[in-house]
Amino acid sequence: MSSAVETATEIRSFQVEIPEELIDDLRRRIATTRWPSKELVEDRSQGVQLATMQALARYWADDYDFGRVEERLNALPQFMTEIDGVEIHFIHVRSPHEDALPLIMTHGWPGSVIELLETVGPLTDPTAYGGSPEDAFHLVLPSLPGYGFSGEPTELGWESGRIARAWAELMNRLGYTRYVAQGGDVGAGVTDAMGRQAPKGLLGIHLNVLLAAVGLQHQLPAESEQERAAHDALTTFLTDGLAIVLEQSTRPQTIGYSLLDSPVGLAAWMLDHDTDSYYKIAGAFVDGEPTGNLTRDNIVDDITLYWLTGTGASAARWYWETGRAQAAAGAAGQAQPPVAVPVGFTTFPGEVFPSPSSWVEQVYPNPTYFNEVDRGGHFAAWEEPELFSAELRAAFRSLRTTNGGRHE
Amino acid sequence: MSSTVETTTAIHPFHIDVPEEALDDLRRRIASTNWPEKETVADQSQGVPLAMIQKLARHWATDYDWRTVEAELNALPQFVTEIDGLDIHFIHVRSPHEDALPLIVNHGWPGSIIEQLKIIHRLTDPTAHGASAEDAFHVVIPSMPGYGFSGKPTGTGWGPERMGRAWAELMQRLGYSEYVAQGGDWGAFVVDQMGLQAPEGLLAIHTNMPATVPADVDEASVAGEPAPSGLSAEERRAYEQLIRTYGQVEYARMMAARPQTLYGIADSPVGLAAWLLDHNDADGQPAATVASALERTESDTGELTRDEVLDNITLYWLTNTGVSASRLYWEYKGGFFNAKGVSIPVAMTVFPGEQYQAPRSWAERAYPNLMYFNEVDKGGHFAAWEEPELFAAELRAAFTSLRTTNGGRQ
Repeated sequence: MSSAVETATEIRSFQVEIPEELIDDLRRRIATTRWPSKELVEDRSQGVQLATMQALARYWADDYDFGRVEERLNALPQFMTEIDGVEIHFIHVRSPHEDALPLIMTHGWPGSVIELLETVGPLTDPTAYGGSPEDAFHLVLPSLPGYGFSGEPTELGWESGRIARAWAELMNRLGYTRYVAQGGDVGAGVTDAMGRQAPKGLLGIHLNVLLAAVGLQHQLPAESEQERAAHDALTTFLTDGLAIVLEQSTRPQTIGYSLLDSPVGLAAWMLDHDTDSYYKIAGAFVDGEPTGNLTRDNIVDDITLYWLTGTGASAARWYWETGRAQAAAGAAGQAQPPVAVPVGFTTFPGEVFPSPSSWVEQVYPNPTYFNEVDRGGHFAAWEEPELFSAELRAAFRSLRTTNGGRHE
Repeated sequence: MSSTVETTTAIHPFHIDVPEEALDDLRRRIASTNWPEKETVADQSQGVPLAMIQKLARHWATDYDWRTVEAELNALPQFVTEIDGLDIHFIHVRSPHEDALPLIVNHGWPGSIIEQLKIIHRLTDPTAHGASAEDAFHVVIPSMPGYGFSGKPTGTGWGPERMGRAWAELMQRLGYSEYVAQGGDWGAFVVDQMGLQAPEGLLAIHTNMPATVPADVDEASVAGEPAPSGLSAEERRAYEQLIRTYGQVEYARMMAARPQTLYGIADSPVGLAAWLLDHNDADGQPAATVASALERTESDTGELTRDEVLDNITLYWLTNTGVSASRLYWEYKGGFFNAKGVSIPVAMTVFPGEQYQAPRSWAERAYPNLMYFNEVDKGGHFAAWEEPELFAAELRAAFTSLRTTNGGRQ
């Protein structure tokens, strides 16, 4: 942790350097994994299947290029700056088009900036990907506190609202006076909070998961076939899919010991996110058939990043913080302020519960953009980076002005 | 796994002999633990605190000696027999008093047969502990399927119901035509199932985690609703304790939903230890009695010590049963503390540190044939382990009325 005072606003360039000993230790640990007995079922209903984990471990130890994380990240301009007492790591890629729209995009759990890397090209350099210069973004990809190369908070209170305020400060510090924000998963929580805080300069937000649906379950429309299907998916998630979320919300330290000491334990924990992504990822390892951009290398990059940064427990702690914050707000009877900026939303079909437009409107009245696409799941940016980028272009098109927002 | 056919009823003596390499590997793994940073709170609200587990790990890797408990176990008659396709490990200690009452005692999670070691002699040889020969038990302590030295099921279905039937078969195979059964934690579920199955020869059960909650109250407590109206002060207290308990069972929900995903507890001794330590009791999570035991290096009065806690964790490690034991939560789809409808004779002891204090009013409704009900002033969720003297005295008192001159041996 830096000892700099909180008023420090210096932005330092950053390069990832992984000591060789860490890689050696990781490789040795994977090779000496002690396995449990095989699950008793033929599907994921008892958790991540042994065959999936053993295929992943084989690939990780034998075929994976451990230099990938370092190379991929160091190929991009990375920086560190201290905000609210925590060192924030971020990637900052300026578009070659000066008038591009600044965009801060936030990853989720069990993701990291790795999830978003393949969108850097399409978003910052659209002409190279069939888009027009008017679609360009200046892209800021921060690592959440406690995730990746950002610092691990040592004090309480780093829930979404505090992270959202830090992101506004980050954009401010980068000189962006007009910008947009995007997020899925944890990133959707942070981006939603930004929308409610509506800091000066935030023009709009785009989300790809409707987190608020969890608390509004019984108020959401259930008339059309699509709405009923979404309800079924949400109910399945709430009854069967929440175990990891609940464990992280209550006992992040307890599970943290397994996540920090066992690479395979960490990898399994990260793979058990949702049914759609699990089978896509299992397919990549067991059958050698990746879905979209969810390739073996990309998956293992993300897991390796968690391992090398030792962030299994600190990342899980976001859920503890959020659980606490929600309980406190609930006990105080505080309603959240409405989102005060334009909202765009894209529903991906493989999402944990693919939200129909009627659901999105319950949470965000009159969204400025809504679209349902035909492929992609919970990790939409990771799985379908070009489609995802096309959605962001379309979602934010109406918010663009001739001034890209750079404070000169 | 044995390849013998299911009709095999042979009982084989069993001896534990952990290879030295397994102990070396364990010590090496503990010593090379990669630790997370310290929790961000000053209490136990984020899980097992770093300082607590690091202190335990230091002792575990250096001074702790598995061979002590291994010798203690091997000094007891242990056996393996195949029941319903699975090897079942059990301790079987006959009382010197031939007419003793046969008793099968069922451990729970995160426990094992280690929980019951201190009650064996007290039950089988009561005259050596200030009780009378008429109080004697022949004691059978099985390891649940997937636990300890029992086999790991390779198919689904080994929940409390099937275990209950297996224990009845075991007692029959041992030649006990009349016997009683006891359990806490998962053992309480198993003895409730035995009570429902009422196999021939089962005279009564004793539970120290009784399932007494009336259906409507159970539904409200599981949903976390405010206490229903019309509860007595005692019932209201029990209700509040249930609400507290349901706020501390995410570990159980995790194992019920995704036991296989806990690869880390098979691969990391410290990960396993933290997972097993994080069971709650009335006074905290980790259970207050277990947390305080970590500070107790020896005890003359049977109180739980650090090495006993490590004996249990080490048993899980050496048998690689962290995940297989977790699967029991997945198998079980029923309610936790709701009345199950057991109509055979039931005895219960209410320990103050248990998840909730079963009120007599609920106990009498849940178990219409309640033959013994007692509230004691110390002991908690791991009652036999924490208070062996008191626990043994409770079992003696609980079953006194059932004893006949024939100890039940066929």
